[in-house]
Amino acid sequence: MHLPDIEHTCTELGQRLAAYLEQNNIEQPLLVGIRTGGVWIAERLQQQLQTEDGVSSLDISFYRDDFTRHGLHPQVKGSELPDSIEDRHIILIDDVVMSGRTIRAAMNELFDYGRPASISLVCLLDIGRRELPIQPDLCGVRLELEEGQLVKLSGPVPLELSLS
Amino acid sequence: MTTDPSQLQLTADGRLKHFLTTEGLSRELLTEILDTADSFISTQERDVKKVPLLRGKTVVNLFFENSTRTRSTFELAAKRLSADILNLDIAKSATAKGETLMDTLWNLEAMYSDMFVVRHADSGAAHFIAEHVTPNVAIINAGDGRHAHPTQAMLDMLTIRRHQGAIEGKIVAIVGDILHSRVARSQIHALRTLGAAEIRVIGPGTLLPRDIEALGCKAYYRMEDGLKDCDVIIMLRLQKERMQNALLPSESEFFKLYGLTEEKLTYAKPDAIVMHPGPINRGVEIESNVADGPQSVILNQVSYGIAVRMAVMAMAMSGQQQERNELAEQHNEPGQEEA
Repeated sequence: MHLPDIEHTCTELGQRLAAYLEQNNIEQPLLVGIRTGGVWIAERLQQQLQTEDGVSSLDISFYRDDFTRHGLHPQVKGSELPDSIEDRHIILIDDVVMSGRTIRAAMNELFDYGRPASISLVCLLDIGRRELPIQPDLCGVRLELEEGQLVKLSGPVPLELSLS
Repeated sequence: MTTDPSQLQLTADGRLKHFLTTEGLSRELLTEILDTADSFISTQERDVKKVPLLRGKTVVNLFFENSTRTRSTFELAAKRLSADILNLDIAKSATAKGETLMDTLWNLEAMYSDMFVVRHADSGAAHFIAEHVTPNVAIINAGDGRHAHPTQAMLDMLTIRRHQGAIEGKIVAIVGDILHSRVARSQIHALRTLGAAEIRVIGPGTLLPRDIEALGCKAYYRMEDGLKDCDVIIMLRLQKERMQNALLPSESEFFKLYGLTEEKLTYAKPDAIVMHPGPINRGVEIESNVADGPQSVILNQVSYGIAVRMAVMAMAMSGQQQERNELAEQHNEPGQEEA
């Protein structure tokens, strides 16, 4: 399996995000990365786009739907969001989208902070296997993995992809 | 007690499943409690203070001894984790009609409870319940006799970490009635494990346990000596209700010698913080000017209490859940769960 070049994919994703924001008349987007990999990608995109608010981060540990199966994640870091997300246009960013459950949890958490004007989903990789009706608005690369195979992002410097 | 409490409260792979005492818990685990509590502080600052973590779980507050603050902060903690909570004031209920403790517990279990928060006047009560309750009910000790009050100790550790940056390397003085204090005992174990540079106890000889130095503390009988260079001062409440003999000449004598005044506060470091587990006796252990002064973090302690209790409840329930799943897996055919 050939893995994409991250630098190139991020740069291209940043250009497409800039175009997306313009097309949708979003002037002050709030970039929100999902811990941990999503925050790294969000920071990379922020450098490129120079958005005003910097990067916010979301820790979805308290919102996961698998507490009854796997319990609490041992390393909860907490979320860091601005005082108000009311009426903001949120760009929710994750490294890999698979089942869609992480994104559902992230949206549930965001709504406990306030009522955003909109949420758009951006991801570096989409590896399919969706279990919920959630699709990214922008995605760097779509990967077809073999059964049981997973892809993992390590970082923050350098950002690297590996298969397991 | 038959089982080692530090073993009884952990799963086979070392996760928390009951919270009975700070004694014997590793530095990593105590730090994990503090880190998780830190994350819950940020959720408390939102308009929506609830998280859905323990949705559908039932928590029972079993208070065999009166308490307002501890019971209400446990209640708020459970509610902010989206659990359902039942408050039982046992002193006034069935036990008064002659029902035994075990009968009360079996009845509560039959109502499918997932967690008991226990406060009892006898040392070892929470431990006893954890040993005899059916598997997969988590027990949280909310204070047992003179033995332990682990959630209070952990909220104190969180207070020190948030206001003094760290626990490691700090000089901490615990002042007053150490003899009757389960809070002091739990604090001393936690402070030692988390690397405090020095733990001092200050009080009249009649209120210091004889074996206190064996716990790694240094005993002082004068405030001027004991408070010198301290980063943290923890005042304890005089537990008049637990004193069976005349251990003190009078309250005013105690205040004169050990009451924290602005003048005595100057013996400590200028940025020392003043803590008290509450309820405070103004003019007995502490002067109002100090309790309400700039170095006091007494009300912060109350806020952190909710976050710490949320953390411990979430972690213990998580440990119970893991054991429950492992048990279910042993009974199931492999692969049956994921269809």
